[in-house]
Amino acid sequence: MTDLFSKFDGLIEQRRALLDTGVTDPFNLVMERVLSPTQAICNGRETILLGTYNYMGMTFDPDVIAAGKQALDEFGSGTTGSRVLNGTYAGHKLCEDALKEFYGMDHAMVFSTGYQANLGIISTIAGKGDYIVLDIDSHASIWDGCKMGDAEVVPFKHNDIVAMERRLKRIPEGAGKLVVLEGVYSMLGDIAPLKEMIKVAKDNGAMVLVDEAHSMGFIGPNGRGVAEEQGCLEDVDFVIGTFSKSVGTVGGFCVSNHPKFEIMRLVCRPYVFTASLPPSVVHTAATSIRKLMHAGNKRAHLWENSRTLHKGLKDKGFQLGTDEPQSAIISVIMPDLERGAMMWEALLREGLYVNLARPPATPANMTLLRCSLCAEHTAEQVQTIIGMFERAGKAVGII
Amino acid sequence: MDRAATAAKIAEVIAPFNKKGVAITDATTFAGDLEWDSLTVMDFVAAIEDEFDIIISMNQQAEIETYGQLIDAVTKLQG
Repeated sequence: MTDLFSKFDGLIEQRRALLDTGVTDPFNLVMERVLSPTQAICNGRETILLGTYNYMGMTFDPDVIAAGKQALDEFGSGTTGSRVLNGTYAGHKLCEDALKEFYGMDHAMVFSTGYQANLGIISTIAGKGDYIVLDIDSHASIWDGCKMGDAEVVPFKHNDIVAMERRLKRIPEGAGKLVVLEGVYSMLGDIAPLKEMIKVAKDNGAMVLVDEAHSMGFIGPNGRGVAEEQGCLEDVDFVIGTFSKSVGTVGGFCVSNHPKFEIMRLVCRPYVFTASLPPSVVHTAATSIRKLMHAGNKRAHLWENSRTLHKGLKDKGFQLGTDEPQSAIISVIMPDLERGAMMWEALLREGLYVNLARPPATPANMTLLRCSLCAEHTAEQVQTIIGMFERAGKAVGII
Repeated sequence: MDRAATAAKIAEVIAPFNKKGVAITDATTFAGDLEWDSLTVMDFVAAIEDEFDIIISMNQQAEIETYGQLIDAVTKLQG
């Protein structure tokens, strides 16, 4: 019998070699208690969280928590069904109404995760004979959506407008075209030149889908994302987003002004063939989304945090993913996986949690320590974090 | 462009990507013999696409394992 697991032998071996050096397994950390959006107990010690997607710190917002508790009491623990059968409760509609208002768009569709939103929308709208033109650094959920559909998939070099345009121009006459972009690319924390790219896409007759998972709530005057910031949101046909980042719970969505959008509820399989989100989740999400509409001060503080950390780490000699802070993600480039894991562990001992990101999730086979800031990090915490990085970086020999 | 002319052009494009100086025949495989990772494949595909002004979609790339198959595909894609 062929062992179907033999294809994973290389990875098993790499993992064993890494753990044999004695470092703590970076992919097995347990948050024993969570004290606030920015602090938890890990391995029995109080730890500053700098590797969550809790950008706007909504997870412990009293109104959000109260909405969830009330929904548990009034609607029970779960829906036990699909959105198109018994799984659409008042809360799902509240959530979709809140999204329509948040984005100023006509239609909103809530999925059970952000992954499923990309998977479902992309695989359903781009079918056989259509072309998907996408950035090579796209998130796994976008790639999986491409793979699940029957469209021709054409990647282009990251953020390269000319490469994108060339490919669009080569697509056969009459074929349907979908351009897929992200507002913030989460590995390096860089943003896309959406205004220019969307113009090129539209000039070449393509529809445009933008994943704003990492920008919602934070970037743009109303927190609608990078497209809003660059003044091109009205040219985006489909915005994909998630509740598991700034919104502070779990779930995904697509908002659109397409007049026929509602048909997606019947034809999109990752929407139809899965259970809908629990009532407590959609009520927390709806409450959080409405509060994010009026979170200008928090957005301003988060930008301050991002700029302070970026400058602080750059001044200490760390190599960062972007020259200037472009989002709430500051990515610190590690020389290799082994020293990345050592640095990660040294930071954890200092009392700081960051994300260790490694291939294949990262571009150009880089190992990254990804720091994501929260609007609830205080200015003092950010200074503490810079000090922790300096000590750990010197101990491991990276700076 | 016929197969021979296409093959000659592809040979020019591939040279800077063949860092190990592997002797390339129609049976040479990209993943196995040339040991290219996915990033190198992407850069090479982009170079071929730009040289011939064609699209080789991911779907089509999945069918191309050897150098000979690439020449056949590019010859055909030029129509």
